[in-house]
Order: sequence, then structure tokens, then C-alpha cells
Amino acid sequence: MARKLKQVDAVLVGMGWTGSIMARELTKAGLSVVGLERGAGRSPAQDFALPGIRDELKYRLRFQLMLDNGTETITMRHTPDEAALPMRRWGAFPLGDGVGGAGTHWNGVTWRNLPSEFVLRSHLEQRYGKKTIPADLTIQDWGVTYDELEPYYERFEKLCGTSGKAGNLRGQIIEGGNPFEGPRVSEYPNKPLIMSQAGLIFTAAAKKLGLHPFPTPSSNNSAPYTNIEGQTLGQCQYCGHCEYFGCESNSKASPNICIMPVLMADKRFELRTHAYVKNLVYDKRAKKVRGVVYIDRETGEELEQPADLVVLCAYPFNNVSLMLTAGIGQPYDPRTGKGVVGKNFCLQVMSGVQIFVEDEINPFIGTGVNPAAIDDFQGDNFDHTGLGFFGGGYLYPSISGGRPIQVRAVPPGTPRWGSAWKTATTEWYNHTFPISAHGASYAWRTNYLDLDPNYKDAIGRPLVRMTYNYTPNDKKMSQFLTDKAVEIARAANAKIIGTPNPRTGNFDNINGQSSHHTGGAIMGSDPRTSVINRYLQNWEASNLFVMGRAAFPQNPGYNPTGTIGALAYWSANAITTQYLKNPGPLIRT
Amino acid sequence: MAENDVPRRSFLKTAGAAGTLAASALAGALPRAAEAQTPPAQPAAIPPAPEPLLTLTADEAAFFSAAYDTIIPADRLSPSGTDCGLVTYIDRQLAGAWGNGARLYRNGPFLPARPEHGYQLPLTPREYFAAGIKAANVWSHKTYGKDFDRLPPADRAAGLTAMEKGTAKFDGIEAQPFFEAILQSAMEGFFADPMYGGNRNKVSWRMVGYPGLPATWAAKAEAYRGKRVAIEPQSIADFS
Repeated sequence: MARKLKQVDAVLVGMGWTGSIMARELTKAGLSVVGLERGAGRSPAQDFALPGIRDELKYRLRFQLMLDNGTETITMRHTPDEAALPMRRWGAFPLGDGVGGAGTHWNGVTWRNLPSEFVLRSHLEQRYGKKTIPADLTIQDWGVTYDELEPYYERFEKLCGTSGKAGNLRGQIIEGGNPFEGPRVSEYPNKPLIMSQAGLIFTAAAKKLGLHPFPTPSSNNSAPYTNIEGQTLGQCQYCGHCEYFGCESNSKASPNICIMPVLMADKRFELRTHAYVKNLVYDKRAKKVRGVVYIDRETGEELEQPADLVVLCAYPFNNVSLMLTAGIGQPYDPRTGKGVVGKNFCLQVMSGVQIFVEDEINPFIGTGVNPAAIDDFQGDNFDHTGLGFFGGGYLYPSISGGRPIQVRAVPPGTPRWGSAWKTATTEWYNHTFPISAHGASYAWRTNYLDLDPNYKDAIGRPLVRMTYNYTPNDKKMSQFLTDKAVEIARAANAKIIGTPNPRTGNFDNINGQSSHHTGGAIMGSDPRTSVINRYLQNWEASNLFVMGRAAFPQNPGYNPTGTIGALAYWSANAITTQYLKNPGPLIRT
Repeated sequence: MAENDVPRRSFLKTAGAAGTLAASALAGALPRAAEAQTPPAQPAAIPPAPEPLLTLTADEAAFFSAAYDTIIPADRLSPSGTDCGLVTYIDRQLAGAWGNGARLYRNGPFLPARPEHGYQLPLTPREYFAAGIKAANVWSHKTYGKDFDRLPPADRAAGLTAMEKGTAKFDGIEAQPFFEAILQSAMEGFFADPMYGGNRNKVSWRMVGYPGLPATWAAKAEAYRGKRVAIEPQSIADFS
């Protein structure tokens, strides 16, 4: 039996980007807030310090900053008819851990979604006709528009010190920025990062083809910056150790440096690390979540934290799992299409082609965000008539470092070992990079999350089961985007072009893909087709809010963090300006 | 089996001589680095005296040594895998947390798996490599009449190729995934920071031109763009 603690105004599950943003906004509104984090606290000055942080084996290959699979993992299968197997160690993706969550080990890519993405189904039906959308393509509108979110995108960028170049300022198209983006009210807080040689090659090739290259928005600060919380970020050192690593120069925005110092000085906030949340205490009759039960990993004791307001700020898998185990909302059934919790799980459809060039690339001098991209083939920026798919992605030279255990491509036909391999590796290490497509993952009827019947985590909770495979829409889109990458490779005067790798087969757990999981607790305008309303408030339990990319009805071809941050600020604003005055559903049905 | 009784599991004792040879070979491969404004690279260090093994048996060490010397043969670019410290690397890895199943989800059931599911066995890496080496030597005996480490270089290469292509059939442990595990461990040991025991004298970093630490390039990112960065690589130990 859990020992019951003193009631607080709000309890947050998970202390990454959304947990720290929500904690800050709620304490500012005068609430007492407890933040529960399963992992450790993190001190950038200690934990991300030179020289130890530059350790590819420890952080990239052995996943030092990531969740221990022995604590919890997910299971995977391709179709609803199969048995799922556990991901026994991270491969295609890792999940983060500790204070800061994925916000400590991300690359820093900070996009805004296209305005059309927020009204995707309406937009596509209007442009192409209802009949063109396959029945299994279960895409939806978000219930919120780009214009509504714009101030919150801006706020998140000013929290992070995002570096970039506006392409659309209040409707005016600006040379050198992304001409396809939604209108921005202000320029980026920081100038673009220094372009790498790969970025220059990509930019020149894209221009030759009449495309519109621009600097990728990046929360690796190009210059020192003081953010809206008064926290100072450093200048990016182009060290090539962003993804999977913490940042030693405090230049990559993270919850740890952007917000946590302010929160830790605030008496209204209490951080509890090593707090492994077991379940939500759900009063089904009253439709209220009364609190959260967790295990204090430092004592082993089971504790109940009662709260008026409960906010799920964990990874999509955990947010969905806590709702399913508590019986909040109807679980999604892929056979009937009924139910909502677990629905529209998406990932990201990545592909590309390696090119081998004369130039010295110096892959080790760079940032997590290689600062060049084109958005010409993103979303509905191009006419999809007759193409047989919807969606798209951005194309970019995808090097985020020259860490040699993993980054050492050789031309096709080279043996994988022996003297010939050594010779080719030596010849090409500094002369190659991939041109990649960062593709959308549009929701499909059979891709969803539920609870696995066979496998349990370290405290006996069922693992989340991911039923996921590449869809017919994904495969056609991936072929299209990969062909575009090859066109750019040709225009780049590559000496050798590698073998293009569009997604053709099954999703696999092994090869690095993306940790941009979305959906499962999606937002929308109708409780019959979504889990949370436009303010991220659960339709059933009105004192439960669900943050993060679990809310995305489908995943556009962008990295999700910009939108995650914007949605957290948007939701926090609704809570502090509307909900607290009159706790209850913010949207009446 | 008489030949197996010959005290041939002494790869480390012979490493010194091979290392000297490889060191001079390496020195000859350095003209690119020598163009640099920075000091000329030092010759590869002679591997230290034989080191005690933490966990590997003599048979296992001999297998790894033979496999690594085939994957990374001594040539003008680097000393052999063994002389680069790869056996020390794998010995330490298998003796430590990773080798003993840390961060691995080990609960059953162990259901029939497709390759897309990734590693699905109940074995820790330490147990897996032990079983794999036994199976590989049984196969090597059947095919060539000798343990793998006893084969001449051409047969070792042919043996690894058969495992890589999946034409070699082992009992128990599957040959192809076992080969992938060996190859992966070789690349990790060869390219990881030297503090893990492989990549002695930062030999692989010199080979490809990876400068290592501290990687604080902000002031040089533009000046070095498109130009070869020929500087003495530095490792974690150099800053410790």
C-alpha cells in the first residue's frame, strides 16, 4: 500500500522539455508543483564536461545517457496479427532518461510545422478531393492552427536561442530563408551557424536545380545568448558531438540549462529524481485523476502523490502506457478503427544517398544540425496530383559529426574489412557525406500502441507494444524523396554516388532511424477521434493534460521539438489563464 | 589434436616483433600528415609487455587475435588488429558491465524472431562470444581440420567470408550474426578512444585523419572549411 503524501496543486510526470516548461509556467501562476523524474538529476558542468563527454563508445554505442533497456523497453511487431518481441537493446532508436530527457541528447533541430500540416485532412480534401485519400490513411486535423501557435513557437525559440534565418516575416518572403515557412512575427534569436563544406556543396547543388536552400533552424547557439528566463547559453563549438551527448559548452539548448536553474531556485517547485511512476490514481466516476503512485528508487518505497492537476510530460510511450493502465479513454482497435488511446502512432521515414566528393569535408567540425536544407518537397509544398502519396520531407546533408566508429562510409562494392577496406576508409573518410530525406510519417490504420501481453518492465508494468511498419504511403513518398536526393547528388558533381536507400522493406529494430515517435494520445476537435482537446486536456479526465508529441495526430517531415515546445507553452497558457479560474473541461462537447 | 598442445596461444608474446614491423610500415604511410604545420606524427608505439587477461580464456584470446588480424591486417596503414590492442579491448569489454548484460532487456519469453527484431537471445555478450567461438572452432575443424587461429591467413579470410555470407553453418549460434558481432567489436576497438585498450597510439585516428579532442572548433570552423586538418590527434587521456 502506497504511503500518501501531502496534496500539491500539480504533479508532473517526466522532467524533459515539456515538464520543465510546464513546471515553470505553473509555478509562475502561483501553484505548488512536484516534478517526478525516473532518472537521475543532471549537472551539465559535471556530467557533460570535457574530456570525458567526447566518448563515442560510451555515449553513442553504449547509450550512457539513455534509458536502461533492463528497466524498460518497448516491444515491436509489424502487424496486429503477430506476436511482438522486445527491443532488447536500443538500435533503430534510443529513449532518453534523466532530467532533461531527450532534450539533453537531441541534435538541436528546431522547426515549425507548415500551416497546412495543422489542418492536414481538411487541406488535402480541399485541394485534391476526399476520394484521393486512402481509407487506411487515418490523418486528421490538429484542432489548433499555425497562427494560434505562432507566439508559442516564438517563445520556445527565445527560450532556446535558436539560430536561423527567417524566410517569411509577417508575410514578406525574405531572401536566404525558408520561403515555404509560415509567417513569423520576428527573426530568429541568433544568426545561422557557420555553414560547413558539405552545406556549401549541398546549397550550390540545390540552387543549380532551381531549389531553395536555407540555413536549418538550430538550437545550437551561433553566439552567446541570454534567454527569456535570464539564462545564458554559450557559443556552439562545432564539436560534432550533439546527438546522444550532452553539451559541454552550454550552447545546445536543453531543459537543464534553459529552465532548470530557475526552477530549482523556486520554493514552489520540488524536483524528485529516481521517482519511477507506476500508475495514475483514477477516479472513474468523478472523471478525475487524484494523483500519481511512484516508487522512490532510492528507498524502494511506494508513494502516492495526490494533486489537483496531473500533467503527463513523459515520452509518448509512457504517456500512453499510463493512460491505458489507468483505463482513461477507450483503447484504439485497429480492426474497427474505434477507440482513441494508442491511435495514430507514427515515426519518421528516413532515407538518402551517400556521395563521395573531391572536397575536404572535415565531418568532425560540425554541429548536430548541418545548417543547410531545402523544403521544396516538404508537406504539400509541391503538387501531389497523380503521385500516389501525400506528405514529404526536407532534404539535407546529414552529417552531425565525424565520430569514426560509426561515420566512415566507403563507396559501393568496397569489402567491409581487410586491407582493401582500410585503404578505402582512409581515402574517403574526409570526402563523403549523405544527402538525406527527413520524411513524414502519416498515420495508418494498423500502426498503433497498446500494452504487451507477454513482457513486463522492472516493476512489473506491461511494456508498451508498438505495432508499426512502413506503409504504402511511406514507401512511395520515400522513393520520391530519395530520387530527389539523388538529383541533388548528381548536381553536386560527386565523384561517386552511393546506393540510394529508400524504405522498401519492413521497419527494423536494428538500424538507426529516428527517435521521433509521435501519436498515441492525439489532439483534435472531437472526443470520438482524439484523446485530448486542442489545449492538450484529456476529454474524459479534465484535470489531466498530456504533453509532447504523443499529441501529434500524424508526424510531419520535421523534427518534432519545436512543435513540442510550442504546444507546451500553448497548453500552459490555457491552464493558467482559463482552467485555473474554473477547473473543468475547456471545450464543452 | 597434438598441434593444439603447442603453446601457440601466445599472441601477445609475438606482438612485440610484429608491432615493430608495423610501426615502420606506419611511419612510411604518413606523408599526408607530414604536410601539416604541426609536429610530425610519432611512430606507432611498440605494444606494451604481455598483459594479463581479465576474462578471456587462452583459446578465446587466440580466436579474437586471429579474427582481428584478418579484419585489420598489418599493412602500410596500420599495425594488425592485435597490435592495435583489440584483444585487450574485447577482453575488458567482456569482463565489464556491457559484457555481462548491463542495459540489456533479458526477460523471456524468447520467441521465434525475425532479423528485424535484432538481438533476441538470453545470452549476455560474454556468454554469446564464448559460445560463438566454440561453434566457430568446431566449424573450422570440420572445414579445415584446425582451430580458426591455426589457419594460414588465406584460410582465415575465407572462413570469415563464409561466416559473413552465411555459407558457414554452425551448430547452435548462427554464423552470420556471430560474424557481425565480431566485426562490430573490431570496429569499436579500432576506432574508440584509446583508453578502452584498442586504437593504441590513436593509430586509426591518424589513419583516417580524425583529430579527436578537444573539438572546440568555433574559432576555426571557417578557416578550416574545405581544407585538410592535419594535426596531431588527441585522446581523452591527453587531457586527463
